[in-house]
Amino acid sequence: MHGKGLRGLSVATIVVLVGAFAIAAFYAPLDADQGFRQKIFYLHVPLAIVSLVGFIVGGLLAVQHLRSRASIWDLRSYVAIHISLILGVAVLVTGAIWAKTSWGVWWLWDEPTLVSFLIVFLLYATYTPMRFAIEDPERQARYASVFAIAGGAFVPICFGAVRAQEQEVHPQTFGSGELPGPMWLTFLVSLAGMALLFATLYRFEIETKLTRGRLRALRRRLLDDDAPVQRRSAAPTI
Amino acid sequence: MTTAIELAGLGRAYGERVALRDVTLTLEAGRTLVVFGPNGAGKSTLLRILATLLRPTAGTVRVLGCALPREAWRARGRIGLLGHDPMLYRELSARQNLRYHARLHGVAPERVDELLDAVGLGARADDPVSTYSRGMVQRAAAARAVLHDPELLLLDEPRANLDPAAAAALEPLLAGPPQRPRTRVVTSHDPAGGLAEADVALGLRAGRPALLAPAAEVTVDEIGALYR
Amino acid sequence: MRVLAALLRKELRLELRTLESVPGMILFGVTIFVVFHFGLDRASVEGDLAAGILVVTILFAGMLGLNRLYVADEEQGGFDGFLLAPVDRTWLFVAKAGALFAYLVALELVAVPAFALLLLEPGLGQALPELLLVLALLNAGFAIIAALVGAIAVRTRARDLLGPLIALPLLIPVVIGAARLLEPLLREGGAGGLDATWLAILGLYDLVFGLLSIAVFDPLLED
Repeated sequence: MHGKGLRGLSVATIVVLVGAFAIAAFYAPLDADQGFRQKIFYLHVPLAIVSLVGFIVGGLLAVQHLRSRASIWDLRSYVAIHISLILGVAVLVTGAIWAKTSWGVWWLWDEPTLVSFLIVFLLYATYTPMRFAIEDPERQARYASVFAIAGGAFVPICFGAVRAQEQEVHPQTFGSGELPGPMWLTFLVSLAGMALLFATLYRFEIETKLTRGRLRALRRRLLDDDAPVQRRSAAPTI
Repeated sequence: MTTAIELAGLGRAYGERVALRDVTLTLEAGRTLVVFGPNGAGKSTLLRILATLLRPTAGTVRVLGCALPREAWRARGRIGLLGHDPMLYRELSARQNLRYHARLHGVAPERVDELLDAVGLGARADDPVSTYSRGMVQRAAAARAVLHDPELLLLDEPRANLDPAAAAALEPLLAGPPQRPRTRVVTSHDPAGGLAEADVALGLRAGRPALLAPAAEVTVDEIGALYR
Repeated sequence: MRVLAALLRKELRLELRTLESVPGMILFGVTIFVVFHFGLDRASVEGDLAAGILVVTILFAGMLGLNRLYVADEEQGGFDGFLLAPVDRTWLFVAKAGALFAYLVALELVAVPAFALLLLEPGLGQALPELLLVLALLNAGFAIIAALVGAIAVRTRARDLLGPLIALPLLIPVVIGAARLLEPLLREGGAGGLDATWLAILGLYDLVFGLLSIAVFDPLLED
């Protein structure tokens, strides 16, 4: 009964993502300046948005954990941040590729979104080591939630601060409002695909962790005190 | 008689490691509960839960009429804890440490001087705690634990570092005034000495209560069996 | 307030007795200036470079303070002693941030004149009140983040590593704001004014994270 809807979600993810890539490749018009290389935009930007939203959602779930102290909320917060972190690697890689193809350099400090993302990524890169460095699982969950809440609030603040700095140097002219209609549509479909991908990965990892937890609980009940105690882990135990 | 401590199915787990389970007991105000058990049996965990420092993971706890952890803020300040950790800053003197705790508890500074004399630290009270012997540290810690005249006093092997004379000297302080004796929970490894001061005896073994009875009905051998 | 006074008095008295934080921070700060001199091979700096060096130095020297901030409490039962008292736990956060703010002021009392002496071309006199205002906002931001992150890091293994790793990204907006505000103040040939936008951003950041830290601090103290 668990994992219900996971199959449907997976299929929907594949269909929308493949569709998004197809229309990005064949339907969306070529960019006047950047040509075909600009298409990585449909991969990079949705990835970044989904990843950032995932970080913020992780913070909101952590608020629930601190309120209820139920470890399921810590698990949800952990999984949201964990997947965002993995997507974050893809964001940085695709961002660097985009920078290389459009501006000829792998990294551009003038691009506030990219820079802010790096800062946020560096912060969240310490999330897992921090969890791992706390042995008591209950305390680990509590500290991780405090981290997740502070981090979630930091995401928009960081973007605001970095953007404010860049605007002094050279104002951003590239706004989403200037995107031609077909590009917009392609972008929105890609975004939906990425959001579905996130949801699928999220559900999948949650179900895996819950199933593993139930298996351990059964084994503990069978073996009573002889069951081996789980090794120290950065992931929440249910 | 009012009830000072009420535990029902109390348990505490650290992840999958269960430190304490299924402890159910009540303790009348003014009585002394002595907890026996080998190291790692869950004695300190029990004390830390009663002290509101640790949340239980199972069961219910009422201490001094307050349900923990929800009403812990009401019980705090009425509980004293003398644990393995003296909770004194080593670089500060006993007087500075006690003054600090007195300010946190809203206790008059005169009480600090009074207590320092009572535990026999008057002469050394202005030296840093790091220069004290272990017995002196324990005495200073005892003074800290009773600074705010707590109704419930939790003592984790209070005589561990004390010679018999010093232990006897501390006794009236830890027991409280005769007309209003403190409720006490004491952990002990000494079956005979522990039983002598107990009203109720609790034996823990691997986190489970193995023995719970009025002290008068318990023999020294039964306590000794816990350690085998 | 009685509680805050008691906590602050204990904090400062411990620091005076042990001298574990402030002297190390000061020495480290002055040493960083020397390192910058050789690393950059510059006898004097001004403007954005001077602002950057000053902010980075305070940040790194402050990290020593962050790492020591809760160690005595963790190792000597101070957390438990505090938790047993019938007082609001938020005061511990306020007292820790206040103590660190004081340490940073002590650091700057030495490090900023040393900076003027060793590296800074224009001198401090041209915009001293503005400089002090920016440093106060920088200190507040650092103290708030450090009091929060320090409480997380002190109860982990490898705390000396995790503290700075978590704190530095969180402090980047503070670094940006402080550096932007200091740049015109340290310009050669007459100081420019303070940018109101950046003042507002820095002040707002301090306020938001101050309130946020107070909101999430309590769960860090439980066992």
